[in-house]
Amino acid sequence: MVAAEPLPPPVRTFGSAHPLAFYILRRIAVALAVLGLVSVLVFAATQVLPGDAADTILGRSGTAAQKAELRRELGLDRPLLEQYSSWIRGVLHGDLGRSQSSQQPVTTFISGRLSNSMTLALVAMIVLFVISVVLGVIAGIRRGHALDHAISGTSLALIALPEFVTGAILAVVFGVYLAWLPPTSIVLSGSSPLYHPSILFLPVLTLCFAGSAYIIRMLRAGVAKEMTSDYVQALRLNGIPEHRVIVRHALRNSLAPTVQVFALTVQWLIGGIVVVETVFSYPGLGQGFVQAVEARDIAVVQSMTLLIAAIYILINLVADVVVILLVPKLRTSL
Amino acid sequence: MTTAQAATSTAAARRVRRLPRFLRYRSAQIALAILAFVLLVAILGRFAAPHDPEQQIGVPFATPSGSSLLGKDYLGEDVLSRVLAGGTTVILYGTLATLLAYLIGGAIGLVAGYRGGFTDPTLMRLMDVLLAFPPVILLLLIATGFGSSPAALIAGVVLVQIPSVARILRTATLEVSVCGFVEAAVARGDALWVILRREILPNISGTIVADAGPRLTVSILLVAAVNFLGLGLDPPAPDWSLMISENRAGITVNPWAVIAPAIMIGLLTVSINVIADAVARDRGTSVGVETMRR
Repeated sequence: MVAAEPLPPPVRTFGSAHPLAFYILRRIAVALAVLGLVSVLVFAATQVLPGDAADTILGRSGTAAQKAELRRELGLDRPLLEQYSSWIRGVLHGDLGRSQSSQQPVTTFISGRLSNSMTLALVAMIVLFVISVVLGVIAGIRRGHALDHAISGTSLALIALPEFVTGAILAVVFGVYLAWLPPTSIVLSGSSPLYHPSILFLPVLTLCFAGSAYIIRMLRAGVAKEMTSDYVQALRLNGIPEHRVIVRHALRNSLAPTVQVFALTVQWLIGGIVVVETVFSYPGLGQGFVQAVEARDIAVVQSMTLLIAAIYILINLVADVVVILLVPKLRTSL
Repeated sequence: MTTAQAATSTAAARRVRRLPRFLRYRSAQIALAILAFVLLVAILGRFAAPHDPEQQIGVPFATPSGSSLLGKDYLGEDVLSRVLAGGTTVILYGTLATLLAYLIGGAIGLVAGYRGGFTDPTLMRLMDVLLAFPPVILLLLIATGFGSSPAALIAGVVLVQIPSVARILRTATLEVSVCGFVEAAVARGDALWVILRREILPNISGTIVADAGPRLTVSILLVAAVNFLGLGLDPPAPDWSLMISENRAGITVNPWAVIAPAIMIGLLTVSINVIADAVARDRGTSVGVETMRR
C-alpha cells in the first residue's frame, strides 16, 4: 500500500482569515469605483447643453473673439478628457474650481453656507431622531389602540406630503395666521442661525414631519414584534418593571435592525434640506445649489454634486458596516 | 321578500363582491373619493375656470373677493382659475415617468435576473452609480445639463426610478427563473424575449402591482419638487407646485395663493399613498413609499 501523500497545508488567504476586515475593504473599494464613475457621469451631464461658461459670463453681448479669448483663459478649448482630468486633479487637491457667475472659488462659495446647512441638518437630525423613536415605541407598545392608529395614520399621510407643501402650510399657519414665527428664515451675514432659534423652528419642524415617518413605522413594527416575544414574557413574569422591559430590552433589540433606516433618513435629509432651504429662503448650501443650477454655473454644480455624492456613498458604507458589526447574524453570508 | 327583491339584492351583493378587495378599508374608500375629486379638478377644472389662468386681471396679491374667490397671485392673475388649471402636468408627467421607469428599469431587471452571469453584475453596478445621488441632486444635475424642459424633467424622474425598479424586478425574476415552466420553455427553444414576456412577466406581476402605488406617489413628489424649485415648467404656466414657489413672497398678503395649491398637491399624494397602503395590506405585501424616498 502506498502511503497517502501528506495534504498540502490549507491556503489561508486574508479574505478567509479576516472575513469582516475583508468585507469592509471590499466595500471601500467598490465605493471608490462607484465614486469614480459618478465623477464621469457628473462631468458628462454638464457638457451636454450647447453653450459653455464663456457664453454664460459674456452673455449675448460678447463677440466671438472675446469668447474665444475667455475660453482659452478658462481652459475650455482643451479636449474634454484633459478638462476632466484637470478638474479631478484639482478636486483631489482641494481646489474645486471657480464659480462662473461670481468669479469666487467654489470653496469660498461652500464655506460661507456650510455652517448654516450643518446647523440646520444637525438640529433637525437630533429632533427628528428623538421624536420618531419616542413615537415609534409608543405606537409599538400600544399596537392596535387609538394612540397607535393616530400615530400610524398621521405618519402614513405625512410621508406622502412633499416637503415644500408641509413647509408652505406651516409657514402660513405659524408665520401668518398665528404670527408666532417668521415665515421666512433670513440669516444676516456674519450671524449664525443658532442666535435666532425662531428662524430654525419651521425648517426643522418641516423636516421632522416628512422624515420621521419611516423610522416611526419601522420601529413600531419592530417593538410590536419584540413585545409579543417569549423573552419579554419571561422578563415580565420575573417581575421586571414594564418601562425597563421596554427600554432596556424591546427597544434595544429593535434598534439594531433599524440602523439602515436611520442611515436612509440621513441620506434623505440631504435632498430634503435642498427643498426646505428654498421654501424658507434659508441661506444654506441647498439654496445656493439651486441658484447655481438656475444660473447654469457649471463649476459650482459639478463640484458640489460630486461632494454630495461622496457623502451619500460614505453614509451608505458606514451604515452597512455598522449593521454588520451590530447584528452578528448577518455575518454568515460574508 | 319577493323573488324580484331577492334577485336584486344578490345582484347587489355580487356587485359589492366584485369591488376591489382593498376597498373594504374605510380609509381607502375616503382616499379614493378624494383622489377622484382631485383628478376631476385636474382634468376638467380648466373648463370651469372663471378667468383666463394666464391673464392679469387685478392687483398682485389682492385678497379674496366676490369675483375671484381665492384672490390674486404675484402677477395679479386669478388664483382659483390657476388652481383649477394647474393640476394636469404633475399628474401627467408623474404617471408617464412611472410607466417609462417600469419599461426601462423592468427590462434591465428582467434581463439581469434571467441572464445572470456577466450581464447581471455589470447592469447592477451601473444601477449603483445612479443610486449614489440623492434624487433631488440628480434631478438638479440633469436640469443643469439638459436645461429646464418637460422632456428633461420626465427623463430625470425616470432616471431616478430606474435603479430601484430594476433591483426589485431582478430579485423577483431570480426567484421565478428557476421554476420548471421556465426550464420547459428553454428546452422548447423559445427565444429570450418570448420567455421573458410569456413565462416570467406574468409571474412577477404581483410584485409590480404592489410596487406601483408607492412608486407613482414618489414620481409625483419628484415632479412636484422640481417644478417647485423652478427647474421644470416655465412661468406663466399654471402649476400647483410652481404656484407655491412663485407666491411665497406674498404669503402674508394673500396666503390663499400658496395654501390652495398646497392643499391640492397634498390631497393628491396622500390619497394615492393611502390607497397604495390599503392594497399592500390587502395583499399582505409591504412595499411602502418610505422605502423609495431616499
